[in-house]
Amino acid sequence: MNMRHRHNSAIRCALSFLALFFCAAAAAAPVSSTNIFAPASTPARTIVGLSHFVIAVTAVIFAVVASLLVYSVVKFRARATDAGREPAQVYGSTQIELAWTVIPVLIIIVLFLATARIIHAIQDAPKPAAALDVTVIGHQFWWEFRYPKLGIVTANELHIPVSDPAHPTPTFLKLLSADTDHSFWVPELGGKTDLIPNRVNEMWLDPERPGIYLGQCAQYCGTQHGKMLLRVSVDRPADFAAWVSAQQQAAVQDPKVLAGKHVFETTSCINCHSISGTAANGRFGPDLAHLMSRSTLASGAAENTPANLRLWIQNPDAIKPGSLMPAMKLSDGDLDAVTAYLETLR
Amino acid sequence: MSTNVSAIETPQSAAPAWTETLHEWVTTVDHKRLGILYILYGLGFLVMAGIEALIIRIQLMHAHSSFVSPQVFNRMFTMHGTTMIFFVVMPILFGFANYLVPLMIGARDMAFPRLNAFSFWLTALGGLLLYFSFLGGNGLYGAGNAPDVGWWAYAPLGAKAFSPGHSTGYWTIALLVSGFGSVGTAINIIATVLCMRCPGMHLGRMPLLAWLNFVMSGMVLIAITPLTAAQMMLLVDRYLGGHFFDTQAGGSATLWMHFFWIFGHPEVYILVIPAFAFMSEIIPVFSRKPIFGYPVMVGATVGIGFISMSVWAHHMFTVGMNSYANSFFAITTMAVGVPTGIKIFNWLGTMWGGRIQFKTPMLFSIGFLFQFLIAGLTGIIQSSVPVDWQLSLSYFVVAHFHYVIVGGILFAVFAAFYYWYPKFTGRMFSERLGKWHFWLFVIGFHMTFDVMHVPGILGMPRRIYTYEPRPGWETLNLIVTIGAFIQAAAILLFVYNLVVSYWKGAKAGNDPWDAWTLEWSVSSPPPAYNFATIPVVASRRPLWDQKHPEDPDSRYE
Ligand code: HEC
Ligand SMILES: [Cu+2]
Repeated sequence: MNMRHRHNSAIRCALSFLALFFCAAAAAAPVSSTNIFAPASTPARTIVGLSHFVIAVTAVIFAVVASLLVYSVVKFRARATDAGREPAQVYGSTQIELAWTVIPVLIIIVLFLATARIIHAIQDAPKPAAALDVTVIGHQFWWEFRYPKLGIVTANELHIPVSDPAHPTPTFLKLLSADTDHSFWVPELGGKTDLIPNRVNEMWLDPERPGIYLGQCAQYCGTQHGKMLLRVSVDRPADFAAWVSAQQQAAVQDPKVLAGKHVFETTSCINCHSISGTAANGRFGPDLAHLMSRSTLASGAAENTPANLRLWIQNPDAIKPGSLMPAMKLSDGDLDAVTAYLETLR
Repeated sequence: MSTNVSAIETPQSAAPAWTETLHEWVTTVDHKRLGILYILYGLGFLVMAGIEALIIRIQLMHAHSSFVSPQVFNRMFTMHGTTMIFFVVMPILFGFANYLVPLMIGARDMAFPRLNAFSFWLTALGGLLLYFSFLGGNGLYGAGNAPDVGWWAYAPLGAKAFSPGHSTGYWTIALLVSGFGSVGTAINIIATVLCMRCPGMHLGRMPLLAWLNFVMSGMVLIAITPLTAAQMMLLVDRYLGGHFFDTQAGGSATLWMHFFWIFGHPEVYILVIPAFAFMSEIIPVFSRKPIFGYPVMVGATVGIGFISMSVWAHHMFTVGMNSYANSFFAITTMAVGVPTGIKIFNWLGTMWGGRIQFKTPMLFSIGFLFQFLIAGLTGIIQSSVPVDWQLSLSYFVVAHFHYVIVGGILFAVFAAFYYWYPKFTGRMFSERLGKWHFWLFVIGFHMTFDVMHVPGILGMPRRIYTYEPRPGWETLNLIVTIGAFIQAAAILLFVYNLVVSYWKGAKAGNDPWDAWTLEWSVSSPPPAYNFATIPVVASRRPLWDQKHPEDPDSRYE
């Protein structure tokens, strides 16, 4: 009785394991999920195809071997009627050994060929002339995005155009690191690739539909690795063009917030941050020239609201303990002024 | 045999003072005592690393949790990983090897008893150094920091610039020192197996446990070397101004990765081959049949040993190797599945046609087979490089390797504990508590690690101290945490069973399982120097021959 119970639960475990796999696979993709089975770009979609194949093959192997295991546990259990006699002593069989060596070898050859084909298709894909270049630089604990041909520098929220399969405009990312290792991972758009100091890596994305795609740093990079989030905004061509031209403008110079600008320019903010048209040209922290065009602060750690912005400048540790921006100990008045100034940087 | 053996035991007049007992244990060079020291030491650290795991799980139970700070969380997963690999699983496996290999090959001790003691105390020192860092290792956040660089300490995070102070230094030296201990033990096992076998036991008659530990020891010699080299280079970087891995001065981050994983992947097999060794002894006895395909099992193990040396960069599919390198490591990784599969098939072949007795050790062995099968298959899934570009560094990987280490290795270790406990202590454990332990652990294990695959598929990276409430993440993480607590409860039950049975258990006798290898021919626990007269064997199962003179194995081998 005890034994029958065990088999049931073994089977149930197996089934629930597979069910979980396929639930995850089948779950519909709400906007901005991070499900690897909700692809929205060729690399991610190709990987899903390969995953289905590999999962199917391994599921069959599992079904066969697990059934053999369950069968032998049920069939060959000791019974009271054995009366302590030993079963036939069998030492092995060359034919059987050969069979269960050759079959797995054939299976892995098939798996390997399927794998190698997709490695080549993704990694060695030629770069079309219309491709957009973006340089991604990983920092502890934020992302810098540079568009060398467009003269744009921004942070944490990557904008790229939708790629129409008829006229593909994929985005090719050049991945660098300013400090430790990081990894760029937006599951719906593609697999992850590391950003490693003294090394240039590449990956490409060709998003199929507009939307916000989420991801985050996947390679442990230090204290705030957990809040090094990524937002990719996939824009329609017109929206992307509008975003580009807005980013290419110099930072807004609003006479109403001169006091705040003065505070900014006379504290060490300028050693770490850049704002075009001001004295600030630091590169240790994110470029702030168009801070208000971003919906989050500090790599997704908080929403970009005036209250959060003020809190961030007052004490970054309150939002992201261990981040590399120090609390600047500004007076309340200076704090309000700087916040008001930054609020104008659309 | 047990009678003439007890005759040479020292007569017990009065109980010795505890200082005397302590002195005896600390200065012992006896392989059985050292084996037990290794095991107790490993169990002690299991408690520490288990507590760290529970802290991790409480923190991840729901989104935006602030149970611990990011700094503490990062220390917890670093210490959990380092401790479990180097100071729990390795010592426990070495402990069993130390205790069992001489007994099973009919030897009176290891080849180098003093080296044996030296190796144990080096390993012990390593673990103590690592934990001393909680008190004495200052780091990025002032005094008393445990290391927080992850158990791979990827460069340049381990460099002085990113890990100031000494916490990473303690990590480095702890691994270096315990690595020397491992090399010493490996040399010892190799020498013992090659030189100390009793008359009649040629290599083809050696119990699989001895064979597998022999192969494992060879791998230790090859794999610990690059780790030691890398740790020395890191020390040079950190304390003597070197630039091997210091990327700010032109050092290489990927060089460290290669060094670490040339050690790190074989390490997985160094841990799993002794687990295979337990299975290869336990499954036959409780199936009442000899191991199926003994020569193939030896060959497959040696095959795993070789192939596993060429798979390391499958830990590095995301670092941007070119498509040829990626393909090479994909095929080698898939290939290592073949000998591993052969082993599973041979265990099934052993059970096939047997009369399986579901004693606690066998229950854990069946659990091992089932879970190791799944662990292997999720490994194959990840060997498909593009799939791994998604799964690598996510919770799927964490689930996969815990399936290997907990579902596979730890289940095998539990089986070994229950199987050899009567030999080690002379007492039977409580079968009823053993079964409770098994079922509770199975439930907890599957709740935790089956479910843990899914957040990975849903995009959750590993090593994050908190997370956004993305669809599904919170529920799944809550289930994982509950499972972890069930496992912890099961382990308490296990420890309780071990402790109480030591005093209350029924007397075991020499051979409670009606088994076939030499350790069961002597008293439980075995006397000092094991064998009063060195046994002579004529087959792989000397006790079978003794019990069935009408049908001895020696006739067929
Ligand atoms: C020592 C260098 C340093 C100084 C000085 C510094 N910051 Fe920062 N700042 C950073 C870093 C690094 C980040 C990114 C933190 C993160 O996301 O982990 C950052 C982030 C920010 C952000 C959020 C940017 C975004 O895109 O999310 C704002 C706003 C900001 N800083 C404003 C200021 C102001 C105002 C001052 C002066 C009062 C200042 N910083 C001084 C380094 C600095
Ligand atoms: Cu990072």
